[in-house]
Amino acid sequence: MPAYSKAVMDHFENPRNVGRIEDADGIGEVGNARCGDIMKMYLKIDDDVITDVKFNTFGCGAAIATSSMATELIKGKTIDEVLTLTNKAVVEALDGLPPLKVHCSVLAEEAVKSALVDYYNKSGRAKPKALEDFKVNGDAHDAPTNS
Amino acid sequence: MNIYFDNAATTVCGDTVANAVFTAMKEVYGNPSSVHSLGQKAALALDRARSDVAKLLNCEAKEIYFTSGGTESDNWAIRSAALTGALKGKKHVVSSKFEHHAVLHTLNRLEKEGYEITLLDVYSDGIVRPEDAERAIRDDTALVTIMYANNEIGTIQPIAEIGSICRRKGVPFHTDAVQAVGHIPVDVKADNVDMLSLSAHKFNGPKGVGVLYARQRVPLNIFMEGGAQERGRRGGTENVAGNIGLATALTEAVENLEANAAKTIAIREKLVKELLKIPKSRYNGDPEKHLPGVANFCFEGIEGESLLLKLDAAGICASSGSACTSGSLDPSHVLLAIGLSHEIAHGSLRLSFNEQNTFEEADFIIKTLPPIIEKLRSMSPVWERIQKGGK
Ligand SMILES: Cc1ncc(COP(=O)(O)O)c(C=O)c1O
Repeated sequence: MPAYSKAVMDHFENPRNVGRIEDADGIGEVGNARCGDIMKMYLKIDDDVITDVKFNTFGCGAAIATSSMATELIKGKTIDEVLTLTNKAVVEALDGLPPLKVHCSVLAEEAVKSALVDYYNKSGRAKPKALEDFKVNGDAHDAPTNS
Repeated sequence: MNIYFDNAATTVCGDTVANAVFTAMKEVYGNPSSVHSLGQKAALALDRARSDVAKLLNCEAKEIYFTSGGTESDNWAIRSAALTGALKGKKHVVSSKFEHHAVLHTLNRLEKEGYEITLLDVYSDGIVRPEDAERAIRDDTALVTIMYANNEIGTIQPIAEIGSICRRKGVPFHTDAVQAVGHIPVDVKADNVDMLSLSAHKFNGPKGVGVLYARQRVPLNIFMEGGAQERGRRGGTENVAGNIGLATALTEAVENLEANAAKTIAIREKLVKELLKIPKSRYNGDPEKHLPGVANFCFEGIEGESLLLKLDAAGICASSGSACTSGSLDPSHVLLAIGLSHEIAHGSLRLSFNEQNTFEEADFIIKTLPPIIEKLRSMSPVWERIQKGGK
């Protein structure tokens, strides 16, 4: 097993913002069960500010820790600020990830962005430039038992 | 506190074994190739270790080759049979889909070198069918290699039957018995095997020590050039202390085999009975044709690595075949070979134990595991979907 930093283990053991938001303004789901990681991110957005965020994750220690850290990094931030969030920031905030696990942080970034895309689609507002050609790498919303 | 349920990965050295190794290192330190008395003392001790192992496997001492472990024995046996076959124009090898990587990767390499490989199905029960082996054998088959017992799910293969088919057809037969030896009766004659790999650290012996049994009539290539050690086929001063440790561990394991198995099976039955009460859980592999000390489960909606981390935090050492623990994007090839979906295979847990484990430890696992699974499921979008009835 990979050696995880203290910060990763802390976010794995005590994940922040776990759960669902029933009346979420935007929901994003990325990854697929085939590869062993699925992240689902729920956002409440008020006046372009992320007022609440919750997540659910199926995956390894790093998948859970990066989801948790991503929610911490975006809570209370404006959408513009959130759009500058990269997977690198998540990795740094966790004091690093084993090389094999960096893809989990990419997934976390994509989960946030995909929830924002959902928000813009639902609200009918024009998407900011940064989200215009956003595509997730993993085929999200895949039925979990497809093999 | 450490509750060690990962004995299929490796075991702790027993006191008798550790003492035998220590004594050998301090007192039997001569080089077995030396003429002087200390050298001869070492040569004698090595001979004794070799003939002890031979007796326990029911073969001759000169059919035992000490190696650095299961991986080396597998590589050596397969390479040797492949080279011997190629000399007669035979470049086809039959094996199974769920062999250890020591076998599968060697076969991959052979394929790149122009051999043809047939990997037999292992069905949902994790058992190779002898009929399939018979059908797969061709005129140009150089080797059949089938593991004795699988390291992840513990299923025992019909080795004697496959061996007798190979004997009848004149095809060399190798078995990777790394998980079997010391845990279930293994007899190279009764099992009709030509070559067999075993590894000391799977039965409370030291790591990095193993044996390749090669029947006298079966040609065995030189593995490493060097001195005349191992009858000229594997040069290098012998690991005298390690080999003595192997022989001591094997002697202990075989002497106590029945009593150990009885206790281990009782632990296993308890674990299986209780853990299958967890909703959406399954037991992997045939429950009858089975090693005493391995039990493999899948729990839907969770991922194996996070499960192992939580168990470790609770003091329980176990293993999983999830992608994150296999070091690739795919979950274990063994679980896929028995037909599990990727998603379910990611949620696997292997508990492996032996006579040194206790019923109290099993009880602790039975008590600790369900709330951990519940916690992971409560935050899993896959579990949410399963709960909603969507597949
Ligand atoms: C079935 C099987 N074959 C081969 C090996 C490799 O043995 P070793 O670790 O001694 O090289 C193992 C153990 O890891 C095994 O379980």
